[in-house]
Amino acid sequence: MTRFTGTMTLVRLALRRDRVVLPVWLLSLTGLIYSSVAAVQGLYDTAASQATYQATIGGSAASIALSGPPVALGTIGGITVFEVSQVAIIGIALMAIFLTVRHTRADEEAGRTELVRAGVLGRQADLLAAGILACAASLLVGASVVVSFLSVDLAAADSLVFGGAVASVGLVFTGVALVAAQVVEHGRQAVGLALTALGVAFVLRAVGDVADNGLRWASPLGWAQGVHAFAGPRWWPLGLCLTFAVALIATAGWLTTRRDFGGGLVAARPGPPAASPRLGSAWGLALRLQRGMLLGWTVGMTLLGVMFGSVAAEVDDMVAGNSAMQDVFARSGVDIVDAYAATVLLILALVTTGFTLGSVLRLRAEETTHRVEPLLSTPTSRTRWAAGWLLVSASGTLAVLTAAGLGAGVTSAVVLSDPGRIEDMVGGALVYLPAVLLVGGLAFALFGGVPALLSGVWLLLAGFFVAGWLGELLSLPAWLVDLSPYSHAPQVPLEPLSWAPLLTMTGVAALCVAAGFVSLRQRDLATG
Amino acid sequence: MAVIEVQGLVKDFGRFRALDGLDLTVRAGEVHGFLGPNGAGKSTTIRILLGLLRATGGEVRLLGGDPWRDATTLHRRLTYVPGDVNLWPQLSGGEVIDLLGRLRGDVDTARRDELLQRFELDPRKKGRAYSKGNRQKVALVAALSSRAELLILDEPTSGLDPLMEEVFQECIREVRDEGRTVLLSSHILAEVEELCDRVSIIRAGRTVESGTLSDLRRASRTMVLAETVQPPADVGSLRGVRVLDLVGDRVRLEVDNEHLSTVISFLAGRGIRSLESHPPTLEELFLAQYGDQPGERPAEQPGDRPGDRHLDSLRAPAADRPVDTSGGSRR
Ligand SMILES: Nc1ncnc2c1ncn2[C@@H]1O[C@H](COP(=O)(O)OP(=O)(O)OP(=O)(O)O)[C@@H](O)[C@H]1O
Ligand SMILES: [Mg+2]
Repeated sequence: MTRFTGTMTLVRLALRRDRVVLPVWLLSLTGLIYSSVAAVQGLYDTAASQATYQATIGGSAASIALSGPPVALGTIGGITVFEVSQVAIIGIALMAIFLTVRHTRADEEAGRTELVRAGVLGRQADLLAAGILACAASLLVGASVVVSFLSVDLAAADSLVFGGAVASVGLVFTGVALVAAQVVEHGRQAVGLALTALGVAFVLRAVGDVADNGLRWASPLGWAQGVHAFAGPRWWPLGLCLTFAVALIATAGWLTTRRDFGGGLVAARPGPPAASPRLGSAWGLALRLQRGMLLGWTVGMTLLGVMFGSVAAEVDDMVAGNSAMQDVFARSGVDIVDAYAATVLLILALVTTGFTLGSVLRLRAEETTHRVEPLLSTPTSRTRWAAGWLLVSASGTLAVLTAAGLGAGVTSAVVLSDPGRIEDMVGGALVYLPAVLLVGGLAFALFGGVPALLSGVWLLLAGFFVAGWLGELLSLPAWLVDLSPYSHAPQVPLEPLSWAPLLTMTGVAALCVAAGFVSLRQRDLATG
Repeated sequence: MAVIEVQGLVKDFGRFRALDGLDLTVRAGEVHGFLGPNGAGKSTTIRILLGLLRATGGEVRLLGGDPWRDATTLHRRLTYVPGDVNLWPQLSGGEVIDLLGRLRGDVDTARRDELLQRFELDPRKKGRAYSKGNRQKVALVAALSSRAELLILDEPTSGLDPLMEEVFQECIREVRDEGRTVLLSSHILAEVEELCDRVSIIRAGRTVESGTLSDLRRASRTMVLAETVQPPADVGSLRGVRVLDLVGDRVRLEVDNEHLSTVISFLAGRGIRSLESHPPTLEELFLAQYGDQPGERPAEQPGDRPGDRHLDSLRAPAADRPVDTSGGSRR
């Protein structure tokens, strides 16, 4: 028996378990990519429109920060790459991370790995199986990129190199997730660690691209996007990605030999022998359990805000040196920095919703792992338990959103020498609070009423993201875009603050929460 | 007065009927054993008693209240140990014990520390760092350190070693001596036999036996082991007798209690050299319940009841029993 005996059996098992999850990932990513590619062709089919694109979008710091280096933007191929990059690259990295952790640490934590490992299985078979699955999924997404590009008659070599770049991001983050799964003890922590790595890679690439310096080469995303498709493609950056991915996977394999089964690389420290006075209520417990997650999100979102804020001055500079953009903005009467701020705020709000949903969904995990049973057999009622938890979810959302706005506000205040920016950005971030809470409330209503559908809220969030970010490009119908609560928040500072939609959304959020409580009190808790 | 009064309890999960008219009465101050093969519905009943599940039908009274409607007030008066203890990975065992105590509103630090010592439990470890048995001890210490009048224990000792099992039994005796009530679901029959005043045996969601152990024994069979001068060859033809083993002048048999004296006189007629008889152990009762009347089990749907796979291992020895020649000294 080798270290890898039984790998293919595990791959088949994983395919069976993922027969819903995997197609959802693949179909939504390829669907999104294909429709973006197709939409771009129609929008920029004349030389004039391509030139305008290069002059305007190519000069926008926000676009560069989010999408990558402005390469070959005067050609339809370059524009397509630029428009598709963000969704494809972030999407594939998320897919690789979630799939990998799901089949490694999360399984090990749940004790399922133990069950199969006791059979005829090599010690590293589960690691390899998860790697194979995530890599194969990444290659499929990469291939779908190539097919989408070829289907609209873009140049083959450039399409291929860009598809390779997208796929290699998947491979790298499969490796990252495999390593993360070895280092920490819990699936959620492993996801958090890998997402942090993704965040750091993204920020390095974004700052490097906006400032046009070598920092981008410190990030695997910078390598992947360094292939410069449609501008005389370079293949060698793919080599960097592949080498790094292989090195990461090998490291993960090596780490399995350095740790105990079920344990992390760092042994868990012992805790206090008795509880502190704060740990004496459902609320205290909720705070304690979500403390780590809240701290991580606050720090991460502050950094993301800082990253966006720190390039605010470049936005101004770019326009100053770009007459086409100056015209556009002069004509519309919109302040370029404000337009940038509005985009940034929407993105910060969408990402913050990740915290809110993660927090609300943990209620379900508490239930299905039966940890809540001893709790609910004390005089603590379900309502009190869930209310304590939601209090932390809501105040945590407020904290994370404020931190993100503060990070962006303080840095843009500094680089623009305009202290008023702090208030603008913090206030602007908080304008999204009702929308974020509404999505969280919806998740809670599902948790109370139809918990089986609960994980669907992630798809919903992805949908809102598409509506907010790609709605225009895909020319989605207005009513569809209007389904997203984020389209109802006034785009401060571009638009004046109006209270009516905010109050309405807060009201709907409250109704959702109330519905959640009512149905939670009626239903059976999970058994088995 | 009954602390738990369950009549005709029905619980459906979708189209699957997990409880099908279950009865259970637990009187104040008794330790009540709750037995049944895997998947019989013990944990489901307990979850209904705790208000975690809602009964589909039937009557349930717990401490004079309705376990679903009055859950929070009733929970002041009871504690619970789940069969499969899951702890929060972020919290140490000591923190969990204190938290549950505070939520119940009765914290007795001295008692908690004493129990930690008796169970040899390190309260500083966190969630997963505990072995299965130690996780269970955390829940046990949390439950036993309270003064609640009712303890609901769902297989509380399935992971304990024999030494800790002994400590557990001691603790339960103390609880009983204090006049408190215990509902104890368990597969460890020796433990039930040791601790319980009365037992209820359920199967496929229905109560099949209920009463004191001696009641159950009286209503069942006695094991007889005899050596006679003349070989008791035709003892098997007597009413109510089942011969398990007959070699020369030695016989091992099972007899319905009502026919016990007929058998003894018959054996006396053959000249008794030695005679041993004992009431059935709980294990024998239990196995008889599931082994002897396979036809009475409702149409088996093994697919519906994953737990039932274990039942086969439980039934196998019982079915074998009539031809078993070596098991005579079972307890
Ligand atoms: N949510 C559910 N949906 C469907 N069936 C369920 C559900 N919960 C429990 N069951 C079924 O109800 C039956 C009773 O289960 P229960 O857990 O009460 O058995 P038990 O007597 O505690 O068994 P064990 O000795 O194995 O702990 C089982 O057949 C189980 O599969
Ligand atoms: Mg059970």
